[in-house]
Amino acid sequence: MKKEIRLCGFGGQGIITAGVIVGKSASVYSNYNAVQTQSYGPEARGGASKSEVIISDEEIGYPGIEKADILVVMSQQAWDRYGKTSKPNSTIVIDPDMVKIERGGKKIYEVRATKIASDLGNKIIANMVMLGALVGITGIVPKDAMEQAILDSVPKRFVGLNKHAFAEGFKHGVRELEKQR
Amino acid sequence: MLMQGNVACVEGAIEAGCRFFAGYPITPASEIMNHMVKRVKEAVFIQMEDEIASISACIGASWAGVKAMTATSGPGFSLMQEGIGFAAMTETPCVVVDVQRAGPSTGQATKVAQGDVIQSRFGSQGDYETIVLAPSSAQEMYDLTVEAFNLSEKFRTPAILLADETVGRLSEEVSLKDFEIVNRKRGYTKEPFGGEMVPPMPAFGDGCELLITGSTHDARGYRKTQDSKVQKELLERLKKKVEDHRDEIFRHEAYNEDSKTILVSFGIEARACHEACLRLNGKVGFLKLNTIWPFNFEKISEILEGKRAVVVELNYGQLSMLIRN
Repeated sequence: MKKEIRLCGFGGQGIITAGVIVGKSASVYSNYNAVQTQSYGPEARGGASKSEVIISDEEIGYPGIEKADILVVMSQQAWDRYGKTSKPNSTIVIDPDMVKIERGGKKIYEVRATKIASDLGNKIIANMVMLGALVGITGIVPKDAMEQAILDSVPKRFVGLNKHAFAEGFKHGVRELEKQR
Repeated sequence: MLMQGNVACVEGAIEAGCRFFAGYPITPASEIMNHMVKRVKEAVFIQMEDEIASISACIGASWAGVKAMTATSGPGFSLMQEGIGFAAMTETPCVVVDVQRAGPSTGQATKVAQGDVIQSRFGSQGDYETIVLAPSSAQEMYDLTVEAFNLSEKFRTPAILLADETVGRLSEEVSLKDFEIVNRKRGYTKEPFGGEMVPPMPAFGDGCELLITGSTHDARGYRKTQDSKVQKELLERLKKKVEDHRDEIFRHEAYNEDSKTILVSFGIEARACHEACLRLNGKVGFLKLNTIWPFNFEKISEILEGKRAVVVELNYGQLSMLIRN
């Protein structure tokens, strides 16, 4: 098994944090090898941001990815740039409030991560909602593994909020998966 | 353990016995500083006003008897050249990490490049030798940081860890292995700058009369700026102490050496070559340089003899200039 995951959006959405958490969930809390890389602009907020994770049960050579098996898109700019780089059977997850797209026959899962996060109290946790949805839709790692990785990676006083966001995202992911079946 | 390359570098430094860090933040090396702060129980941490001060503080700390490190990227590395030359001339062990980004000048702070190959060796004025190691994974950020300290201590010369943005900032598995640690020869001597190839290095407070100068000096440290014999002896020793141990310092990995075409690379590009090697099912070979300087011309030409060499590097041909020779 080798899966290449690309998460993209703009700076400030927690794209890179999300990538590191996916990597951790796979390598620390599941039995995979993982490597995570990133690319972003010099701005603290705004600007394109991209995080790539390779998960494999074999040794990983080159850490970059060409075409993603799983593509999570959280901004229009990111879609315009990376939307076409997915494989024909890639799993694509978008935030429909941030990305307007022509589907072109592609199977696309919609998760309103930013809206869900805002409703929970802070849109900064949209990345955790997306991670929940990612696990709900793809089952790339066990739910517990991802949750553990999140708990490891966020400040203690925000654990509750992040956990909640993850659970909510998972629920939406599962629902979206059923809808598309 | 999933660990970022820059963090692995700090863990390597602590393992090697680094007890002093001075630095100035710069993308993409800042995580080294950030993580060093977290290890403040093990090592003194100072944020300096700039990179010149950072390398100078490390040289001072080294003469106080501790292992010292600083970390920066291209723009800061340029500023540090003055200090690196001083460290080479005064035979001060210290480790300088350069997490390369796209240049010249401030270039692109968050983008990867490998444009400091020549600078890492010839950045400061005059004839001197440095030891330059190039990691290509988070694991090697750990391993080669330890090695950089060991070599720096053993040969009493600055060692440079020539990393790059991608290797520094990718997260992957790292095992924090135990290493055999090398410590400098300390102890009382009247000749801290001569007498043997790598003289013992007393620290301030050890009771020796220590004169440390970047000007040409004799074995005791006295300035000899008019004496060509002293200059010749000093420079030859500085050069020989590293060059004569080239085989010991030079580290490389070779795959499918019998192929007609050999890819030669280092750092993150070595990973791309490795992948190409695998995908082409051994139709090409691959030589990965973990040590760039001292450049082992004999060993490399032995491997590349009669082969077609393709040098893969993220610059306009710095390593290839050497391979052509």
